[in-house]
Amino acid sequence: MASNEEILAGLAEIVNEETGLAPEAVELDKSFTEDLDIDSISMMTIVVNAEEKFGVRIPDEEVKNLKTVSDAVSFIAGAQA
Amino acid sequence: MSRKVVITGLGATTPIGGDVPTLWKNALKGVSGARTLEDEWVSTYELPVTFAARCSQPASEKLSRVEMKRMDPSTQFGVVAAREAWADAGIEEMDKDRLGVAFATGIGGVWTLLDAWDTLKERGPRRVLPMTVPMLMPNGVAAAVSLDLGARAGAHTPVSACASGTEALHLGLDLIRSGKADVVVCGGAEAAIHPMPIAAFASMQALSRRNDDPEHASRPYDVNRDGFVMGEGAGALVIEAEEHALARGARIYGELAGTSVTADAYHITAPDPEGLGATRALKAAMFDGRIQAEDVVHVNAHATSTPVGDKPEYTALRAALGAHVDNVAVSATKSQMGHLLGASGAVEAVLTTLAVFDRKAPVTINLENQDPEIPLDVVTTARDLPAGDIVALSNSFGFGGHNAVIAVRSY
Repeated sequence: MASNEEILAGLAEIVNEETGLAPEAVELDKSFTEDLDIDSISMMTIVVNAEEKFGVRIPDEEVKNLKTVSDAVSFIAGAQA
Repeated sequence: MSRKVVITGLGATTPIGGDVPTLWKNALKGVSGARTLEDEWVSTYELPVTFAARCSQPASEKLSRVEMKRMDPSTQFGVVAAREAWADAGIEEMDKDRLGVAFATGIGGVWTLLDAWDTLKERGPRRVLPMTVPMLMPNGVAAAVSLDLGARAGAHTPVSACASGTEALHLGLDLIRSGKADVVVCGGAEAAIHPMPIAAFASMQALSRRNDDPEHASRPYDVNRDGFVMGEGAGALVIEAEEHALARGARIYGELAGTSVTADAYHITAPDPEGLGATRALKAAMFDGRIQAEDVVHVNAHATSTPVGDKPEYTALRAALGAHVDNVAVSATKSQMGHLLGASGAVEAVLTTLAVFDRKAPVTINLENQDPEIPLDVVTTARDLPAGDIVALSNSFGFGGHNAVIAVRSY
């Protein structure tokens, strides 16, 4: 079980790997599309990598609800519980 | 009178040089880019051919980690070459609605396609990357170059196997002459040194089996030639309407004077033994460029080093140039870098352009015993080309019976 801080750090690493964005830029209140400029294709890659890293399943229909980094952290934390 | 089109920028990444200056220096010296492959898959699959000519400089030295991840290796090479050509042309400002792309490939994203297939089998559909489709599509390279340069006059991908790169220049010339663009970035890219294409080309007996001596395996016109050597890389040329180039005071390497494409309609892979389709292509390119046989001083031949392919090209050259063929300096540069498939025509167009601009013909290596049935004047040590108005031709032929020829005139 990862803490929210660990999930955030892990997500930041995945986002950096996919997009080259600095991990520090991946903050809880940031929107994936509007602030981080992540397109839908990159988002799907991030989702699949996050599933593997955190051992969770993020259904395709859930992805559109993950608007901010915080949404993703909460979803992953909930799915791990 | 159609618009005159000139060549103003060159780029390349090849087995004998990761940029144009290195490529040209080595092409005049005569080196081999073929090496034994160290990859594990060579022994895993017991490949009958264990060598190839890899790019001398990995694309990762010029592209960011994220760019590498989002591009198939063929597109990586194409973008590297296109950026060099664009920088070389030095166009600081233009209406990008008038900038086109004609960037070819023979096979496209074969690494991406086969990696994704392995992923599907081993890890399931969820792990097949969402970037798979844009990475494997053959137009991926033209699209990536268009995106990178902001070229909006259209991005095209002619696909005609090993004639593709030359056909890109044919298309580019047409786009400018017909007024659809003022500048076109033309080129070809290929990255198919993967076990499956090696197995497939070996299976059709197209590849040299000289596994114990890779550097001497590609030997066009030699009596002991036994097939081509797989190469990889990309070439790119910025071609431009003459008035556009003159208005900005561009350095002009030469004129893309004429081009042509014909089809054999003879056999899916075998060349027409009489070289009729190639002859028609040569004549058509010369007609297109208002070129007389006597104007031609140099030919960069297709000459892949296969037993059946090299001779019909000679027959075609003699048919198109007549007795003057004996006065023409012929270079078979695949002897040095292997066969870059869909990229070969573009890289050879770069070399042909430099031959005209620097007035030097590049070297054919490994010619020990010239096939008596191919009595061409083959350049084996770098040779000066004459002063005055000169023309050089570059031929490319592809499986499917595709013949493409370009003519470059000194400017």
